[in-house]
Amino acid sequence: MFGLNRGDTLLLLLVAILTALAPFLLNPFPEGSSLAQFNGGYPDLMQRFVIFGIFAIGFNILFGLTGYLSFGHAAFLGVGSYAAIWMMKLLTMNVIPAIILSVIVAGLFSLLVGYISLRRSGIYFSILTLAFAQMSYALAYSVLTPITGGETGLQPKLSDPRVLDTMLGADGTSRANLFGLEMGQSWQMDWNGWVFTFNTGYYVAAFVMLIAFYLSIRIFRSPFGLMLRAVKTNQNRLNYTGVNTKPYTLAAFVISGMYAGLAGGLLVAMDTQVGPERMFWTASGEVVLMTILGGVGTLIGPVLGAGLIKYMENILSKINEGLLEKWFAFMPETAGDIVVTVLALFTGKGWHLTLGLIFMLVVIFLPGGLVGGLIQGGRRMFRTGDRSADRKVKSNQTPPTSTPVE
Amino acid sequence: MSDSKLVIGRRGLLKGGVAVGAVGLAAPTFFNSPARADNHSGYLNAPQGGSVTLGFNVPQSGPYADEGADELRAYKLAVKHLNGEGDGGMMNTFSSKALKGNGILGKKVEYVTGDTQTKSDAARASAKSMIEKDGAIMITGGSSSGVAVAVQALCQETGIMFMAGLTHSNDTTGKDRKANGFRHFFNSYMSGAALAPVLAANYGTDRKAYHLTADYNWGYTTEEAVTQATEAVGWETVNAVKTPLTQTDFSSYIAPVLQSDADVLVLNHYGGNMVNSLTNAVQFGLRDKLVNNKNFEIVVPLYSRLMAKGAGANVKGIFGSTNWHWSLQDEGSKAFVKSFGTEYGFPPSQAAHTTYVQTMLYADACERAGTFNPCGVVEALEGFFFSGLGNGPTIYRKEDHQCFKDVLVVKGKENPESEFDLLEVVEVTPMSKVWYSPDHPQMGGEAATLGECNTGA
Repeated sequence: MFGLNRGDTLLLLLVAILTALAPFLLNPFPEGSSLAQFNGGYPDLMQRFVIFGIFAIGFNILFGLTGYLSFGHAAFLGVGSYAAIWMMKLLTMNVIPAIILSVIVAGLFSLLVGYISLRRSGIYFSILTLAFAQMSYALAYSVLTPITGGETGLQPKLSDPRVLDTMLGADGTSRANLFGLEMGQSWQMDWNGWVFTFNTGYYVAAFVMLIAFYLSIRIFRSPFGLMLRAVKTNQNRLNYTGVNTKPYTLAAFVISGMYAGLAGGLLVAMDTQVGPERMFWTASGEVVLMTILGGVGTLIGPVLGAGLIKYMENILSKINEGLLEKWFAFMPETAGDIVVTVLALFTGKGWHLTLGLIFMLVVIFLPGGLVGGLIQGGRRMFRTGDRSADRKVKSNQTPPTSTPVE
Repeated sequence: MSDSKLVIGRRGLLKGGVAVGAVGLAAPTFFNSPARADNHSGYLNAPQGGSVTLGFNVPQSGPYADEGADELRAYKLAVKHLNGEGDGGMMNTFSSKALKGNGILGKKVEYVTGDTQTKSDAARASAKSMIEKDGAIMITGGSSSGVAVAVQALCQETGIMFMAGLTHSNDTTGKDRKANGFRHFFNSYMSGAALAPVLAANYGTDRKAYHLTADYNWGYTTEEAVTQATEAVGWETVNAVKTPLTQTDFSSYIAPVLQSDADVLVLNHYGGNMVNSLTNAVQFGLRDKLVNNKNFEIVVPLYSRLMAKGAGANVKGIFGSTNWHWSLQDEGSKAFVKSFGTEYGFPPSQAAHTTYVQTMLYADACERAGTFNPCGVVEALEGFFFSGLGNGPTIYRKEDHQCFKDVLVVKGKENPESEFDLLEVVEVTPMSKVWYSPDHPQMGGEAATLGECNTGA
């Protein structure tokens, strides 16, 4: 289907079903139960899952296929966001022009950065991209304040011109929408104490994510993708055989920059605000973490990694001591206090610590990331040539024991 | 920071949890968001059952984590007082007597916390999850103007009340003012207006000022405010140099000051920036210099006790302004310092004070309005005149939702008696001296409007 082999089609369908059912899957606990704290099925977080999924998928095209580790990808996300918000301020609150422009602008910017940075490889490439990203951040934070709004960032204002909207007779109060369908609009379903929220913005973002995912599968399976893998395996050998690798790496760089721009544009479409922190180096580092956590070079891995990190950032960081004390109130006073004190280190503002631990565990014990781990587990379970395990491997093209090619 | 004090609130929290848990629906029903099913009152997150949830969104990591921690302490204290626990603090001295110590409108106050990381993105994500997931009816906090502006805009869009915490930039209630947002803290303009006369009286009217300004929005508005106010009393501005926010060593910025013929250095810095720049300036011997036959002076427009603590002995004799100081002797301040001190063992900072007051003001407005509906609360707060909350008579101006009150001009104390006793109040500039018109050019001029209050329905 769609020019994919059977395994890839199944994978795409699986992802489509999972994203469609996310409001149910992410809200496994009834509202009001003490475990409801762990529910992740509210619009903002679901949107972040898919948007950062797109960001990580794009990053993986560069890092997973060519092995070039960019440490400045957040810059493209930020540039995309600024482009999108300006489109909303000047033209229309419809998200389509905003998203298109964000992809274009991020593409052009990554062409510039890629053209310069790709003259070097390895650590020098990483440092160059990092320098570009930090430069963009500093520019957005202060020097370019008239364009970027500085520290405060940009939001749509009542006084914005919004030429197209004005022509169509809308006033300045309209929200981000898709031909009238507001991104913030949600429907709720109550069922025996469970509350499921279906959000327009989430489904729009999820649809875009599926397209992005499909494109990434096509790139992975194309001759172009094969060439990128060759670059990762041994660039010198390619050069010696007379292949000019630069256009390939540059193309991969620009594609992944456009993915980042798309994610940035979608972020603005869901939440109409941009701040320069979006370009800070920690944001660039985050996408590296997402990709490695999920599994470098695997198709679905980056999405899983993005989901895990965003979940921890938003859920774990909100578990404060008051909540912990409520949960462990059944324990005797001192024992409860000890448990709370220890757990408080890992929750709330200590969520980074938990993330760090998980990251270490994954890197040490599951070198292939979460997906690598799943495949390994699957193989152990169906040791002798079980077809489903084979299919999994085939679809991800990630033999866990293999060299860094994947 | 697992303090045993919280244990008191645990049973209460438990009860509240049970109350929430008891709310459930049997049949599946579809309906339009944002309103909830069983208490459809026409506005977003209408509280159901016996409790109401407030969202405390403060920096728990990053450069302003100290301020954030103090804000959170004040919020917890305010919740205790609202629920009728503790000694009631400023509830007893507050001029409005609508609060009865039985929660807000009879509903027990619960809260959720989040980490803004002093980043507008993270702050908005955290606020969104409070609104979408936890059903918070009001968001408060923030320790930086960028965050305050971003979260305020979010609250306006979604239809939730926003009670700004520590934010001093003019923009919050200036060009970025919003109908659903209110600020109790003072602003850059007020700092300038309050400081200038004191500076003129102490240092004379023919001074040449050199500004070092943190290179972001708050720095810009503060520089603008102080420049205009001091030029109005006859000062001359020699130069204004922007310094990166991440700068930790200001030597290279101080050296040119020595070359210029300026005789006053104005440090438009906050937090760690100010601690470092002031320390550098003092190390360079600026304060021992004579320029134009006048003693060289340093001015810090926005002071806080936490900053004074960081700069140590260097703050002695240096003028600045502050929103509130724990050494104030009015009934409200004394009650607050006593109850905060009993709870945590040290006096509150101005960040703690403003957030405590904001929570009280919100609760009181709900009581007076008889509803949590944002439009009702906005109406109750607009033009609200009150006293007894530590700043003397105060008014929430209708046009821009900014509190107007007396502003404190302070000076680093020469002989501090304790590690908290670092600032002394030099002058209390009356409200009338720091008043400005809502369409003042520094506040975004005529283009700045509040817009309509939003209930999110």
